[in-house]
Amino acid sequence: MRVPLSWLSEYVDLRIDARELAHRLTVAGAEVSAIEEAGSWDGIVIARVEKVEPHPNADRLVLATVDIGDGTDAEVVCGAPNLQEGQKVAYAGIGTSLIDGYEGKPFVLKKAKIRGVESNGMICSEKELGLSENHTGILVLPEDSVVGQPLSSAVGDTILDVEVTANRADWLSIIGIAREVAALTDQRWRDPSLQYTEGKKLASKMARVEIADKDLCPRYIGAVIEGVKVGESPPWMQERLIAAGMRPINNIVDITNYVMLEVGQPLHAFDYDKVRGKKIVVRRAERGEKIKLLDGSKHRLTQDMLLICDGEGPTAVAGVMGGGDSEVSARTTTILLEAANFSGPSVRRTSQALKIRTDASTRFEKGLSRQLPAVGAARAVKLMTEICGGRPAQGLIDVFPGTEKDRRVTLTMERLERVLGLEVPNGEVRRILTSLGFTCRWLPPDRFIVKVPYWRTDVSIADDVIEEIARIYGYDQLPTSRLKGEVPDYVPVPILDLRERVRDAAAAAGLQEVITYSMTELEPMEHVLGPEELAMNPPLRLANPLSRQYEWARTTLRHSVLQALAGNLRGSQDRIGLFEVDRVYLPRVAELPEEREMLCAVIAGRAPDRWGSPTGDLPGFYDARAILDSVLDALKVKGEYKESVDFALLPGRSSEVFVGEDRAGCLGEVHPRVLGQLGIDVPVAILELDIGALLPHVPEGIHHQPVSPFPAVEEDLAVTVDEAVLAGNVAAAIESSPLVVSARVFDIYTGEQIPRGRKSLAFAITYQAPDRTLSDGDVAKQRGRIVERLKHEFNAELRA
Amino acid sequence: MSTETDVISGLEAAALRELGAVSDAAALEEWRVAFLGRKGRVTLLLRSLPELPMEQRRDVGARGNALKRRLDEELELRKQALESRRIEEVISDRVDVTLPGPPIPRGRLHPITQTLRDMLGVFKGMGFHAVEGPEVEWDHYNFEALRIPPDHPARDMWDTIWIDYEKDGRRPMLLRTHTSPNQVRFMEQHEPPIRIVVPGRCYRFEATDATHEWMLTQIEGLAVDKGISLTDLKGTLAAFARRIFGQDRQVTFRCSYFPFVEPGMEVSIDCFICRGEGCRTCGHVGWIEILGAGMVHPDILMSMGYDTDIYTGFAFGVGIERIAMLRYGVDDIRHFYSNDLRFLRQF
Repeated sequence: MRVPLSWLSEYVDLRIDARELAHRLTVAGAEVSAIEEAGSWDGIVIARVEKVEPHPNADRLVLATVDIGDGTDAEVVCGAPNLQEGQKVAYAGIGTSLIDGYEGKPFVLKKAKIRGVESNGMICSEKELGLSENHTGILVLPEDSVVGQPLSSAVGDTILDVEVTANRADWLSIIGIAREVAALTDQRWRDPSLQYTEGKKLASKMARVEIADKDLCPRYIGAVIEGVKVGESPPWMQERLIAAGMRPINNIVDITNYVMLEVGQPLHAFDYDKVRGKKIVVRRAERGEKIKLLDGSKHRLTQDMLLICDGEGPTAVAGVMGGGDSEVSARTTTILLEAANFSGPSVRRTSQALKIRTDASTRFEKGLSRQLPAVGAARAVKLMTEICGGRPAQGLIDVFPGTEKDRRVTLTMERLERVLGLEVPNGEVRRILTSLGFTCRWLPPDRFIVKVPYWRTDVSIADDVIEEIARIYGYDQLPTSRLKGEVPDYVPVPILDLRERVRDAAAAAGLQEVITYSMTELEPMEHVLGPEELAMNPPLRLANPLSRQYEWARTTLRHSVLQALAGNLRGSQDRIGLFEVDRVYLPRVAELPEEREMLCAVIAGRAPDRWGSPTGDLPGFYDARAILDSVLDALKVKGEYKESVDFALLPGRSSEVFVGEDRAGCLGEVHPRVLGQLGIDVPVAILELDIGALLPHVPEGIHHQPVSPFPAVEEDLAVTVDEAVLAGNVAAAIESSPLVVSARVFDIYTGEQIPRGRKSLAFAITYQAPDRTLSDGDVAKQRGRIVERLKHEFNAELRA
Repeated sequence: MSTETDVISGLEAAALRELGAVSDAAALEEWRVAFLGRKGRVTLLLRSLPELPMEQRRDVGARGNALKRRLDEELELRKQALESRRIEEVISDRVDVTLPGPPIPRGRLHPITQTLRDMLGVFKGMGFHAVEGPEVEWDHYNFEALRIPPDHPARDMWDTIWIDYEKDGRRPMLLRTHTSPNQVRFMEQHEPPIRIVVPGRCYRFEATDATHEWMLTQIEGLAVDKGISLTDLKGTLAAFARRIFGQDRQVTFRCSYFPFVEPGMEVSIDCFICRGEGCRTCGHVGWIEILGAGMVHPDILMSMGYDTDIYTGFAFGVGIERIAMLRYGVDDIRHFYSNDLRFLRQF
């Protein structure tokens, strides 16, 4: 809402400057997003034309001597036909920024000789000042303008741009802002006059109004004005409309717009002679009904849209826009004025469906008072009488099936103090509410009965009234305090804690966290997930994605993290490790999707040497494994790795990891096919962890194991097994044997001395007992058992 | 002189000769084992004393023990000499203190994660526990239960991305536009007193520019109890702002509208670039808006079955990206999710 201060000042005195006013309005809830100065004329002052003499070298130019108020005169060359001695004019000194009168572009005024005579500045036209397009002559200022004062003291305006919140339809009017300013500066506002003299002809005899759908149209006022002369509206009205952001059209339409801006009631003027059957019917549209609107657009309507019809058919979409057929034209002499109240939700639904937002619809959808049409109608009729020479018919055609009851709210002082945390004196409560137009009646011992003014459709309960008191009192004036009550019991959210531990563990493993968009394209998902996986969890699609790039709710993090990697490779050889911990969205029938917390990490680039230079060491399966082990170790869970086949990973170089019975993730080397599709030309190792699957296996705390004070015995053991046997499984078998605290693979060998199809595995085994020093015999006995067990389980032979 | 004493003299000479040839710690240990170890020559000699005739035993015993003492001393001296020689060698190989060590990869958390954690930490200190809710949400929780029915003009405050799923001719599923649905979700399951913060991802159907992202992160706060007032809300938010942005921060509150709170407010801090004078960062107003808040609307408490004559509450929602931009001086919100390592490695 654009609020020109010159207009605002008609209803309330402006006792503080624009900046302060904007600040107070903002703090009170009417956010001023911009203060626009119409013309910021630095260096332009009011001057008086002292003398006009002919130019020696040019017939159409004159030399003007102007008093510029600082005790000196300036001699200026001027070509304006309307220049006369004694005029007060706008004088621009050398160095001033102006707008070129011919080209319309900004320029800086320089000292110049015009036809041989030096011009010391310039007397400006409206166009040069950016006030209008007028360049036929200079701007002549009112006689009482003070010489030497800045030009802005005589002309120009300041416009506040107010962001009106959805609850305050009343602020979409100048009078609404005036009421606010009045309350904030402790004065009364002045309502515009609604007085006019009615004619003898009865309006109710000239037209009929019928509301068929009262639920969507609680009130409809029709006013008839005869004998209007359609033409341009007066300059003051045009100026105000332009300043408020509207285009003047003709005096009738301008008055409807002016009154809408002034008091907030949208109006519509029909050419009475074009209203067929002299009858207005307000009804829902019929299926398939069509209308052509003022802006020339054609629409097919649906049955939930409200129409204004005449005797034969639709003439307007209620509260949104009028139709072209009954438009006011230069030949119009009689007006049928509509001032109605329509249901907010209905207007909003219709305006959205038709994709038409108008000044009327934005007001209706916020919910207007049913008493406002009477104000709007009277004000418009008055102006049409005064400006267009109209003769109003007697009375209004006012169809108001339901009435609007006065709203009264009970406000107890106890509630006020409970909500605000502060005791506000009764007198202060009354002062604030009265200043806003509320009426207060004290009901001893402890409450006010507050009558809400009709325009405050947003106030219906005590807490609404409390906000009024708080915001005018000033939120900043309220004290601050600390929460006093007991701290509620802790609500454990284990997945949240675990997820953050995973983040820390991944970062501790040397990876950089990334956060990528969770809505993605489908295609890259198809690169990293196999058809079965996609079929099992078909991604959710967005109905109105911001772009095709963000159309699907991802069911994997893989492509996102790989894409983040691709964006960072930039031909660099250096090792990069990235991870993301985020949700994937797995659809469920007729339910919200499952949002599963996942970890995905990737490693690419060559490992650094001692100096940080890239070596030849490219990442592979075991690099991913090392990170995954490190993360799992941080969570105190043990992963069990099994060979797997994965659509996106290289066969033979990929694995699943199980924790207990649950598949918790996977890892491996990304298939070059996938890398190629994502524009990556270096090997990448990847790992993925389902944090939710991990959750039941993560121990809640750490249970300390006493450290054995007895010496450990370390020895090596080498066996041969079939090549297909997995070393980790053999190590696990050794490790689960009594007295063994760890078994670590340290050599895998095939070749000389090893039979074909077999391989040698060497383990470093640590034996230790918690309660005694192991003897050679203890160890030998256990070693023998292990060898037996390996022979039995893995067909392993002890190497000599 | 007996044979035994000759043996002792010979042993001594041999031990000292061999010790003289020892040049490192390993050889010294070998020497120790050979002469003084469990099966060392001196040890064996002393152990053989009981087998000697009585008259020799005393003399040999004394000389043998003297030898052992001498060799122990020599061993210690040698050890010290070797150690000081080794240290000298180490010292003589000077390091260049200006050179770096071998690289250790250091992982980092995303600046949004870091900021989120810091913020949650501040609220935790005030007794607020973190809970979470779904990002794909029902219209019911995102809007209707928050007093924003269909066709309510306040829906314009949250341009919505909808899920392509229709039921009864309507689209009931959406990407949540704020974390506020969790106020209702939590209250449905719990009784006052309540103090929670709900971090989470939100989405807006909004063109991106330097200060707007369609994907954003918020923290919702909710406190419901007996005797919670607007001054408590002010105190809580002022304390938060000062903890995150510094103790000398000015905090200002202004009236604003959100359908699920009454009274409602927006909170700003004084611009730390210009200190309230007005500059580019604050859009020339001197203040930077950081969050929206208010007293939980009594309709909502009532619909949760709480007695509004007893319980009041406050709620707030704060955008993490904006806070991170302000605290790190990031001038374009799009940096956060472009994942350029040159950006991320600064945090």
